[in-house]
Amino acid sequence: MAEEVKHPLKKVLMICAKGSLEDVLATLVMANGAVMEGIETKVFFTFFGLDAITKKRMNKLHTATVGNPAMRMPGGLAFPTWLGSIPGVEAGVSAMMKKQIDDLDIPGVAEFLEMIDAGGGEIYACKLAMDMFKLERKDLADEVIDVLTIGEFYEKADGLQTQIIFT
Amino acid sequence: MGQKEYAGKMVDLDDNGYFTNSSQWSKEIAMELAKENGDELTEKHFEVLEFIRNKVNEGASLTIRSIGKSGIIDIKGFYKLFPGAPLKKATKYAGVSKPSSCV
Repeated sequence: MAEEVKHPLKKVLMICAKGSLEDVLATLVMANGAVMEGIETKVFFTFFGLDAITKKRMNKLHTATVGNPAMRMPGGLAFPTWLGSIPGVEAGVSAMMKKQIDDLDIPGVAEFLEMIDAGGGEIYACKLAMDMFKLERKDLADEVIDVLTIGEFYEKADGLQTQIIFT
Repeated sequence: MGQKEYAGKMVDLDDNGYFTNSSQWSKEIAMELAKENGDELTEKHFEVLEFIRNKVNEGASLTIRSIGKSGIIDIKGFYKLFPGAPLKKATKYAGVSKPSSCV
């Protein structure tokens, strides 16, 4: 039998369209992980994902405590939806998430962007979403290379062994 | 798992080429291993390798972030020093097992 020829991933493009802490971190962990493997990496932030690269908001991302069926109390008990709606609960839960993440040596959003940038990963913002949220280039983190249309982002997916991941 | 000779000594390696016995490591072995991959190790490289060896021997988890905070080098410099996949490369040259961290 002929030996299977492998074609390892050379380039990965990611699209982050959500702005909750865990969604953004998932994108950043995957993006940074690709950079660490020496894979060419480009990340496109759009819609609420823009919060992750907006200076004023990037370090204040929250975890949703309402409408999140996977949410658990410490110890594993179910987390009642009404509890999540009480003022302050979402902030408390988000602070706890951040603490647990930090304990695992996972950086915050701003530091994560710095790490990806330092390794040669590229960060882009979506033009349409910027117009929608009335954001300007100066509102975005310094690591953002450019503001692109989705078409311009797709153009970057040229070449073999390239994947696009939507998170 | 197999053995390979570096700098006149037999070294135990796992399937991915990482040391299975970190005490077999020496600077000479690291230099030969690096040369095989087309890298030339400098004093700075060895400072980083020392840091990695100490950290791993302490049982601490090794991340790119912790290397960036080591005071030896920043993350950008680390990528420059070990181009490609720096954490994998550096742990290989440092004679420790493959990093299990995602960051």
